[in-house]
Amino acid sequence: MRASNRYTYFFVVTMAVLSALLLSLLKIGFQDRVAFNRALDTKKNILKAAGVLDPGMSATETEALYSSKISERALRDSSGTERVYYIYGSPDDPEGYVLPFSGKGLWSTINGFIALEPDRNTVRGITFYDHGETPGLGGEIEKEYFTGQFAGKKIFRDGDLVSVTIAKGTAQRKDDYTVDGISGASLTTNSINRFLREDLIGYLALLKQ
Amino acid sequence: MAGKNSFKALAAPLSAENPITRQVLGICSALAVTVKMDTALVMSFALIFVLVGSNAIVSALRNLIPSRVRIIVMLTVIATLVIVIDQTLKAFLFDISKQLSIFVGLIITNCIVLGRAEAFALKNGVAQSALDGLGNGLGYGLILMLVSAGRELLGNGSLLGYRVIPEFLYVEHGGWYVNNGLMVLAPGAFVILGLLIWLQRTLTGYTEE
Repeated sequence: MRASNRYTYFFVVTMAVLSALLLSLLKIGFQDRVAFNRALDTKKNILKAAGVLDPGMSATETEALYSSKISERALRDSSGTERVYYIYGSPDDPEGYVLPFSGKGLWSTINGFIALEPDRNTVRGITFYDHGETPGLGGEIEKEYFTGQFAGKKIFRDGDLVSVTIAKGTAQRKDDYTVDGISGASLTTNSINRFLREDLIGYLALLKQ
Repeated sequence: MAGKNSFKALAAPLSAENPITRQVLGICSALAVTVKMDTALVMSFALIFVLVGSNAIVSALRNLIPSRVRIIVMLTVIATLVIVIDQTLKAFLFDISKQLSIFVGLIITNCIVLGRAEAFALKNGVAQSALDGLGNGLGYGLILMLVSAGRELLGNGSLLGYRVIPEFLYVEHGGWYVNNGLMVLAPGAFVILGLLIWLQRTLTGYTEE
């Protein structure tokens, strides 16, 4: 329809207000559900990093496994920031530690968990559970073929915290501190190398006991 | 009102006017989400929801929309619907929404949706437009299910998560069978899609000029 400017403005503004209103109401209405889902997903990933997640379990079963096996602790790092971590198994005789790490990826924040054996040096597993990286490229970090490489790697070399480094392409050095990279994802993996190491350093108080 | 025209609107996109194989629209998501059948199924429902909704709403408003801003208005309707379905998935089917990641959001850019709104909904009644949306959505869903069935069967040996090719045939278990790795990657999807287009055009006798 040929319309006057006034009508066009009125229509466009009304449309914008109505859709914004609808979406806001929806978001508020679903808030609790989404928050519950995210919390459950976080717990699943802590279990997954430790290598003990059973995907066949229902939500209640997973929650039960989590409450019985995982305890949450916190410590303060050298700059005073509080850092939360998780103990797998009994706190007096831990079967593993799960440390959260996060940082800026290529597009958005990457969140992950790295699980260590009781020696606080050998890696049990790693997950990248929240990221906005490019599917098929950086997004491959969440795949089993990539995360599986971390199991058995070490983060300390001769007393220094070196963390695990993701190589560009296939790793030239086949050692305990390097894993193969993903082609087309070097920007993502470079960022991970940086903030994984930084966050591990934040947990030195725990790791160097 | 209902009857012959409506049936044609509904049935045509399922074969002769199929949005993917004939009109060659909406291919990118057809490749990305068809690795497994369950993600393809959810994606199809999401697209049908958006397509029927946007066609119906645009048609209902067709005499009120100032023609100078019609593309923007259609995009607003589509974007709003996409956010609705995205939030609904996060609230009720969180794990699947994680697998679909950005592709539900990308329905906004799916040419089928804007294409049908512009080509059909602006010029036809609400019921007709809704049926056109349903027909095109089903045509899209049909292709997605066929491609994903092929990819999941050949690339993973299962259908909808249920194992079809028995474990004992696999090389890892002493047999001879290996999953076709190409089917899990985009080129495999291209191959199956190409074969489908060839099959359909042979059956309907359609050739491009």
